[in-house]
Amino acid sequence: MDLAKRWRQKPAYYRLEGQRHRTSGEVRFPPQPPRVGESGEEWEAYPLRGTGEIYSFAGVRTAAPEYAAQTPYLVALVRLDEGLLVSAQLTDCDEAELQIGQRVEMVTRRMSDTGVDGLLVYAYKFRPVLE
Amino acid sequence: MMQTSRPVGLLGYGVYVPRYRIAGKEIARIWTDGQGGVPVEAKSVPGLDEDTITMSIEAGRSALLRAGVPAQALSVVWVGSESHPYSVKPSGTIVAEALGTSPWISAADYQFACKAGSEALTAAMGMVGSGMAQYALAIGADTAQGRPGDALEYTASAGAAALLVGAAEDALATIDATVSYVSDTPDFFRRADRPYPVHGHRFTGEPAYFHHIKSATTRLLSELGRTAADFTYAIFHQPNAKFPQTVAKQLGFSEAQIKPGLLSPLIGNTYSAIALAGLCATLDIARPGDTILMTTYGSGSGADAYALTVTDALLERRGRAPLMAAYLARQEFVDYAVYAKWRGKLVLG
Repeated sequence: MDLAKRWRQKPAYYRLEGQRHRTSGEVRFPPQPPRVGESGEEWEAYPLRGTGEIYSFAGVRTAAPEYAAQTPYLVALVRLDEGLLVSAQLTDCDEAELQIGQRVEMVTRRMSDTGVDGLLVYAYKFRPVLE
Repeated sequence: MMQTSRPVGLLGYGVYVPRYRIAGKEIARIWTDGQGGVPVEAKSVPGLDEDTITMSIEAGRSALLRAGVPAQALSVVWVGSESHPYSVKPSGTIVAEALGTSPWISAADYQFACKAGSEALTAAMGMVGSGMAQYALAIGADTAQGRPGDALEYTASAGAAALLVGAAEDALATIDATVSYVSDTPDFFRRADRPYPVHGHRFTGEPAYFHHIKSATTRLLSELGRTAADFTYAIFHQPNAKFPQTVAKQLGFSEAQIKPGLLSPLIGNTYSAIALAGLCATLDIARPGDTILMTTYGSGSGADAYALTVTDALLERRGRAPLMAAYLARQEFVDYAVYAKWRGKLVLG
């Protein structure tokens, strides 16, 4: 079980926290280590608003073992209001009612269950905006 | 009666109810051939990716939004539930990190059957009222389980409510006083490692729910020198649709007083969340100056009664996060087979 990987990605997984370059203002997600020649100080943690629209979507019926219990489920490319394109699962919706350009918002959900002696993994998903 | 030395109140509140429902009639179709009545019309069912932690996060985010308080300013995140996803590993730390709090907080999980959330609320009042904390977030959340075919299966449902406690001068509703009344009453319990709770039948109802709620409520009323008629609204714990209506009547409250906060007929009993969510639903429609009485109940047993007064701040903050009505409006009914699969009631191999 990869405890360290999940633990390291908590800010991004739990609350969609990205990074912003302190001088250029560039925003990126997911957070990355400094590039060659950069110091660790150049990028700061930057919480994304978690709102955007569906750029594209698809249904998953045959999934990797970790997600097999959840099939069928929906995935999407979401264009965040900050301009970034993020891939994520969709939740609380049906494929037939989805449209390109539809407004969605981030929610934190259970992403996978790594077994009775493993961790529960929580991460961002998107759902149609709750009216 | 317990009162804080520094006046406290609710700065924000938030709720969560899953999108899915199962109808009482659908459960009756499986177990009683559809004969007889059902205790609630429908109950909420958590989706495959939902649990006490995820529901607490959404309710908590709404409470912070309403209060206009940044997560980094919180000193306390407490989650009350009887369905924490881990037996050992707090829900509170996961919820806190998802909300984006500082690590310099108190985070813990409470347990007291359906009263776990209100335990967190009373403790949060103490933290803020003593000056130990400026902002404390108290959450009640549950994905309750009922044994297949048991009477409880009709009502045990899922939801969350979060209350952000702070100084009374910043509050959308002040908490004027509280009373807690408890006794060792074996009305309902679940042993460690058992999947479903059991009823201590002889103790259900009168010696448990009714005795404790009436004791706490009448004590609070008498010490405040008020009567039922002095409150605009009231909320009582809702294990089904009938009990809260009966106890309200016995205590002298009218149907109109409890109507805005009576959620169990639509979503079942969300355990730690139901009374707190009833309070939130009442705040969704309340006006400045309104007075609200809430009495929670948890098996084993105890009841907490609270007296609140709504302030002008409610009107501006109410619309900053989804109202209970938005969660009640989204209803996707599932049949018993889907419900059984999702809730782990099918034992494979």
